[in-house]
Amino acid sequence: MSVPAELHYTEEHEWVSITGDVATIGITDYAASALGDVVYVNLPAVDAAVTAGEPCGEVESTKSVSDLFSPVDGEVTEVNEELDDDPGLVNAEPYGAGWMFRVRIPAGPGGEAALPPGLLSAAEYEELTKSAG
Amino acid sequence: MLNAYHARVTSQPRHTPLRSVHERLGATMTDFAGWLMPLRYGSETAEHLAVRSAAGLFDLSHMGEIAVTGPGAGAALDYALTGWLSRLSVGQARYTMLCAPDGGILDDLVVYRQADDRFLVVANASNTSVVLAALGERCAAVADATVTDQTDRTALIAIQGPNASRVLADHTAAALGSVRYYTGVHGDVAGSPAFIARTGYTGEDGFEIFCAPEDAEHVWEVLMPAGGPAGAGPGDPAGQAVVPAGLAARDTLRLEAAMPLYGNELGPDVTPFEAGLGKVVRLDKPGDFVGRPALAKLAADAAAGDGPGRTLVGLVARSRRVPRHGYPVMSGDTEVGTVTSGAPSPTLGTPIAMAFVAASAMTAESTGPFGVDIRGRIETADLVPLPFYRKE
Repeated sequence: MSVPAELHYTEEHEWVSITGDVATIGITDYAASALGDVVYVNLPAVDAAVTAGEPCGEVESTKSVSDLFSPVDGEVTEVNEELDDDPGLVNAEPYGAGWMFRVRIPAGPGGEAALPPGLLSAAEYEELTKSAG
Repeated sequence: MLNAYHARVTSQPRHTPLRSVHERLGATMTDFAGWLMPLRYGSETAEHLAVRSAAGLFDLSHMGEIAVTGPGAGAALDYALTGWLSRLSVGQARYTMLCAPDGGILDDLVVYRQADDRFLVVANASNTSVVLAALGERCAAVADATVTDQTDRTALIAIQGPNASRVLADHTAAALGSVRYYTGVHGDVAGSPAFIARTGYTGEDGFEIFCAPEDAEHVWEVLMPAGGPAGAGPGDPAGQAVVPAGLAARDTLRLEAAMPLYGNELGPDVTPFEAGLGKVVRLDKPGDFVGRPALAKLAADAAAGDGPGRTLVGLVARSRRVPRHGYPVMSGDTEVGTVTSGAPSPTLGTPIAMAFVAASAMTAESTGPFGVDIRGRIETADLVPLPFYRKE
């Protein structure tokens, strides 16, 4: 199961990549494998405000539906429209073409986008998936 | 020690005789009715489509097999089940039900007449002990019938799909051309003795192969050689004659074919009439059978215009959000039913569902569309005739 070292992770099996003040979010290889074939991703609207830890969409697979959570506070700047035609990208390339949405993180007191608290490192996430069996 | 042993046998899922095959194929396994079963080997959608277009191989060794034998076996089953099994010729099979005295469904079954004095009853894995106990009790009332559990002595492999007959024919001396739908013959698969029946749970042509557990790997390997047939490869469906298929694909295949699943469409609080399966209740057979008075009254009520209060219907969602088991079905603001099974249909490319809907909501003026309350938001779903898929 692939867990790229350069990404941040959540306990909800999502990954976060931060460039400047924009966070890109998707679900992990572990999550995609556990779900089976993803058939539809219901994404938040562009410009919608999202709140860390709150559901903002759904991932439908053959056997189940799961909430998609935003790991950060902010405003949705972009969603992956490719997933509309090809939700299987989530299974094929969970960390690449299967990304889901981007959120602009508001600047903190220091003027820089603050890394949201509670994110896991790759090592910590790997530990989490192992203990989950 | 006894406690430890007891804990082990009750909490650890059982393995089928094909465990090592599934491990070699890298299957994702799941606990199903106390058995560790392959859920999928790769993409369940690809497995589903392969069964529709070519052929898939399923391990169904978790199913319960119960033999009813003796000169009174046919009469015993006529009393125990809703069907008229004593009328079957040797080699014939029948879909039938075990009902409670109140007419509720305790299991749906396929019964094969394997000899004059031998019937094989195939039960759902989750209900095998219930069926075994009920048959034991009910058949005891009839002389000369013996009920024995054959589950541990039986492996079951299904090969399903338009290529199934051609693939199996290469490995058996049985004349498959004369094995019609819902019949079976004693034969062999590559030298291993087997009972080969043209039955299945996918909506495709195909066979179910009952064999000894020790022969199961041989039968599987012959039908789907390790490494695949020559010329096979991704994107080469013609060459890829047979793919392994798991329970996830089995569930979407049976749903498209509108075949009921016990625990979803069927249960002790559902009668065969409500499930649209009244034809399995043979009120025209002679003699008493368990459930007859209750079922006869329901049939008489229906004939007098007082039919079941609910109907099993097919729904096709307009949205891509999937109606799933237990979701409420709405007519306007009124809840009129419940989804029994729902899934994204690989063949149709859209979500489908079966649902129980109140008969009062099914009048000529209001035949849908219905709404399905999908996690708090109502999505429109159109009423369609069942099944969703029928093979050409």
